[in-house]
This record gives sequence, C-alpha cells and structure tokens, in this order.
Amino acid sequence: MRNRLLIGTTLALMAGWLLPVLTNVAAQTPAAQAPAYRAPRTPDGKPNLNGIWQTMNTANWNIEAHPAGPSPVRELGASGAVPAGLGIVDGGEIPYLPAARKKQQENYANRLKLDPEIKCYLPGVPRSTYQGMPFQIIQSTKHIMLIHEFAGAVRTVYMTDQTEAPADSWMGWSNGRWEGETLVVDTKGFNDLSWFDRAGNFHSDALHVVERFTPRSAETINYEVTIEDPKVFSRPWKMSMPLYKHVERNAQILEFRCVEFVEDLLYGHLRKQPAK
Amino acid sequence: MRGGAVALVLAFAATISIAGQSQTTAKPAAAKAAPASAAAGKAYKAPRTPDGQPDLQGFWTNSTYVPLQRPNGVTKEIYTPDEAEAAIKAAAERESEQTEPGTTADVHYDFTQFGLDRSQSTFARNLRTSLIVDPADGKIPPVNAAGQKRQQERAAARKAAGGQYDAVENMPIGSRCIIMGGAGPPLMNAGYNANYQIVQAPGYVMILTEMIHDARIIPLDGRAQQPTGVKQWVGLSRGHWEGDTLVVETMNFNGKNAFQGSSDNLKVTERFTRTADDAISYRFTVEDPQTWDRPWTAEAPLAKTEGPIFEFACHETNYGIANILAGARADEKKAAEQKKGSN
Repeated sequence: MRNRLLIGTTLALMAGWLLPVLTNVAAQTPAAQAPAYRAPRTPDGKPNLNGIWQTMNTANWNIEAHPAGPSPVRELGASGAVPAGLGIVDGGEIPYLPAARKKQQENYANRLKLDPEIKCYLPGVPRSTYQGMPFQIIQSTKHIMLIHEFAGAVRTVYMTDQTEAPADSWMGWSNGRWEGETLVVDTKGFNDLSWFDRAGNFHSDALHVVERFTPRSAETINYEVTIEDPKVFSRPWKMSMPLYKHVERNAQILEFRCVEFVEDLLYGHLRKQPAK
Repeated sequence: MRGGAVALVLAFAATISIAGQSQTTAKPAAAKAAPASAAAGKAYKAPRTPDGQPDLQGFWTNSTYVPLQRPNGVTKEIYTPDEAEAAIKAAAERESEQTEPGTTADVHYDFTQFGLDRSQSTFARNLRTSLIVDPADGKIPPVNAAGQKRQQERAAARKAAGGQYDAVENMPIGSRCIIMGGAGPPLMNAGYNANYQIVQAPGYVMILTEMIHDARIIPLDGRAQQPTGVKQWVGLSRGHWEGDTLVVETMNFNGKNAFQGSSDNLKVTERFTRTADDAISYRFTVEDPQTWDRPWTAEAPLAKTEGPIFEFACHETNYGIANILAGARADEKKAAEQKKGSN
C-alpha cells in the first residue's frame, strides 16, 4: 500500500513535470518540433512503420499502476500470477466518473466471467496493441493494416477514401493521416463490449481513440494514445508506451485461432449428458 | 415476417428475369460482373506499387455460380454466353428455393436478401463449366487408397464422437466461427460475403478474407518454410513473383480444415495475375499424394468489387451455436419425458 502511494505520488510528480514540457513543445514552431529521429522512408516517401511490433509491459493485466498479485486461477500458481507494473496511464490514474469507477471495480471482481479476452473476443483498441502478442504493420499508400496475432484481430486504417464508421464494431473504424514523422490514427464507431485490460477498465460506445505512432529509432516506436469517452471519463486522458520491433529474420505472425480453445468453457454446459 | 419474405422473393424474381435478357440490355447483375476473358489479359500490363510490385491491391470477390466440378451430363469445357446465363439463372433459382416460407431454412437464412443472393452483388463472370481445368474432365481425381483409408478413419472418428449436436466439437467449423471456406488457401467462393482485400508492402502481400477476418500475410523474401512443428489451419504461405504473376506456396496445414478431404501434407500453389483493372486471374494447384495420385488445378477469377470490408465478428455473437445445442438438449429432455409418460 505504501509502495503504491509512493508510485502514485512519483507518477503525479512526473506528470506535473512532464506536462509543461509537452505543452511547451507543442507551442513551438514546426522547425523546433522536428524530432531527433528521422525514420527511413517507404518508396512512396512516408516514414516506414512496416514490421512486426510488440509491447514490453504489463498493461494487459492493468493499465493503471499495480503491485504483483496472485493468479486469478488457483491451479496456475506462480505461472499465472500477475506481474507488477508502473502503469501506462499518463498522470497515473484513469479519470473515471464516480459511477464508472464503481463499475470497473465490479468488472474486476467478476473478471473471470466477464473479461472478453477470456472468451477469445476481438480485443478492441488500444488493448489490441499491448495485449502482449505481436502485431504486424502492412503499410501501403491507401491502407495501413494492423494485423494482430490474438484472435487474428485486424484493423484497416484508411489513409484515403475516409468515411464515418458504417456501424459499431469491436475494433472500431480507423482513419489515418501523416503529421510529419507521426502516423495519427483516429478511431471511432466502437461497441461498448471490449475492455482495456484484465482489471476491468472499460469504455462505452462513445469511445474515441486517437493513436500516434512516432518512430524513435530503427527498432522502436513511441506509441501515444488519447482516450475520450464522456460517458465514462471526466476528461480525455492519455497512455503512452514504446513499441519494439521483432528483429529475428524469420519473425512472423502465427495463428492464435483461439475460438477452439474456449468452446468448452463457453458451451461445455450444453454438452449431451450421458443417458441415466 | 412472411410478408417481407414474399416481397423479397418478388424482387429477386425481377432480378433474375433481368439477368436472363440479352447481353445488350441493361442488367444490374451482369453489369457488375467483371469480364474474365483470357484475351483481355494479353495486352494488359498491371500497374506497379511504389516499390515496383505488380499491383494487386484493392477489394476483390471470387463469388461465382460456376461449380468446382463439372456437373454430370455437361461435356463441354466452355459455355456460350447464353448457356452461361441459363446456368446462372438455374443456380440462382435453386438457391432461392431454400427460402420457401415456413421452412427452417427460410427462418435462418433468407437467400433473397441482399448479400446472400449472389446475383444482387458483384460476381466473377466465367464461361467455364467447372472451376477445375485439369484434369480435362473438370472433376477432382479419384481418391487413392491412402486417401480412402483416411476418410474412413475420419468418418469412424466422427461417428464415435456422437451426434452432430451432442457437443460443440461435433459441429461444423464454420458454424463454430473457427474458419470459413473462403479463407483457404485455396481461396474458394464462400457462398456469400466472398470478399477479399489485398494490401501490399515491400516484401509482403496481405490477403484479408472478409469471413472471418482472416488476414494471410505472405512473405516474399525467399525464407524457408517453418519447421513442421508449426501446423496451422491456413498452413504457412511463402510467395515470390514470376514476372507479373504472384506465386504462393502453402504447406504445413494442420489437417483440421481438410480441403476436399486432403491430408495435412497438402500443398497448394496459387498463381495471381492481374489481367485487367477489374480482374485478377487466380489459379491454384493442389498436390497431396496421400489423397490423389495426380495434382489438380482450378481457375477461379477474382473480380474487382467495392470496398470497404466491414468487421466480421462471428464468434462474438454466435448465439446460434448455443441455441442449437440448447435446443438439442431440450429435445432430448422432452423425448425422455414422453418415453417416461408412455411407460
């Protein structure tokens, strides 16, 4: 508990220190804004984000700071235990509306029954990014594909021919644009069924996600996300983390077709009972 | 509900009668169908991606009325346009028969609905009488002894597992939202939503199949196939360019989605060649000495269609599977009670 307070205080202090810096940067002229790193270009002249990427953090357990804890499934012992994490939420804490924080706590208490990840449901955004498995960026001029190993979740980022979301969906409807070195992806049209993590952090169908992918070296990307959802949060908030590139020559997204793995869990009670 | 279905049937009939008219008459279905004539491909040079690959990108469909195997009684390889039109009309009418009001099929899938009825959306026009071009009879070669043995073993295993509705594992993999027929490889007409999106980046071609958001990422860097320890539902694909043709070889299938009864030693070789702005010639060859004594080849053109492709979240709302199983349990309970009552 004391550690948690300390971390929270530290993050709050860091945020207090960082925010003016960020504001300051944003207020500067375009020339002064230019980041130190300039990414190699694709043949059509855009920063090249192609590759297989993965995060290196414990955000999928809880995007807020959390201590290590026991496995939610007794039989898994230490192998299923929760590793500690400093959190990826800028400022440390998610600005929930009071009723929404209560709902998150209920989600957490019932996570084994409710977490969509357990049921192999599409992970939603931005959880798909930091869920723990790799994803591949296939970058073309008109479409940028984000292809995730988990459940084979796919996002198409429309760089041209942009439209509003035709209907709500798990992975949302993404329109993208380049701002200098940064790919900005604006996603709306979410349903209210995905979570942000295994701790029950959640959103509504009013969710609006803006992701910023900025190359910071040949093998890392700064990934920043702004979350807006007035039904659940009192103000927009941000998360940020690096993405790391797979450099193995034979790296590839493999199949994690998990429906098969959860069928007994979901439908086992409907199995034919032996005749009595 | 029934009134709505009748109205749709009438609309469908109107579409068919229009499709049955001569080539020169305006006809929505045929107007959308892309030509797939070989002659058109000769002079055509595919546009290039910024990194110089022949450009296959965009939204495509392999929706077709041409069956994989040549129907019994048909001896010619290529129909005349009039014969092809008649074959499409007959096939479309057969599909619409599923929607007889009051039947279970009608309640489940109304094939006159837009999107389920192929003739109302883009389909790849093809004058062939079968997709199979080799062997010359348009039929899958006979299954050899090893293949027959495996098929008997699979049938026995299915029988031992019980009835189709005894447990979720006994149900078809498409109903379970694990994988659907369109993903392949090979890419096969899925009946409805037979849509694909191709995106290319340096070193990769990606083919997204609408059902069930199946993205196949094909590396073009000449890497070797993975060790056979990694077997996948869709196998492992490796691609290269031969002139303007993308050649993709896929092996390491897990055998659980056995294409036409093949073994997990199946090898599929696909050849994609853009033959017009709105057409890709797509040929595949299937090799599996443990099932057939000879390879066989089919041609199933891709026609350009309109995007975008929307998310197909199948498993997430698969109420059908739970309801079917629950219905089967309820039937059993009822039967047991009746049996008790009659004793």
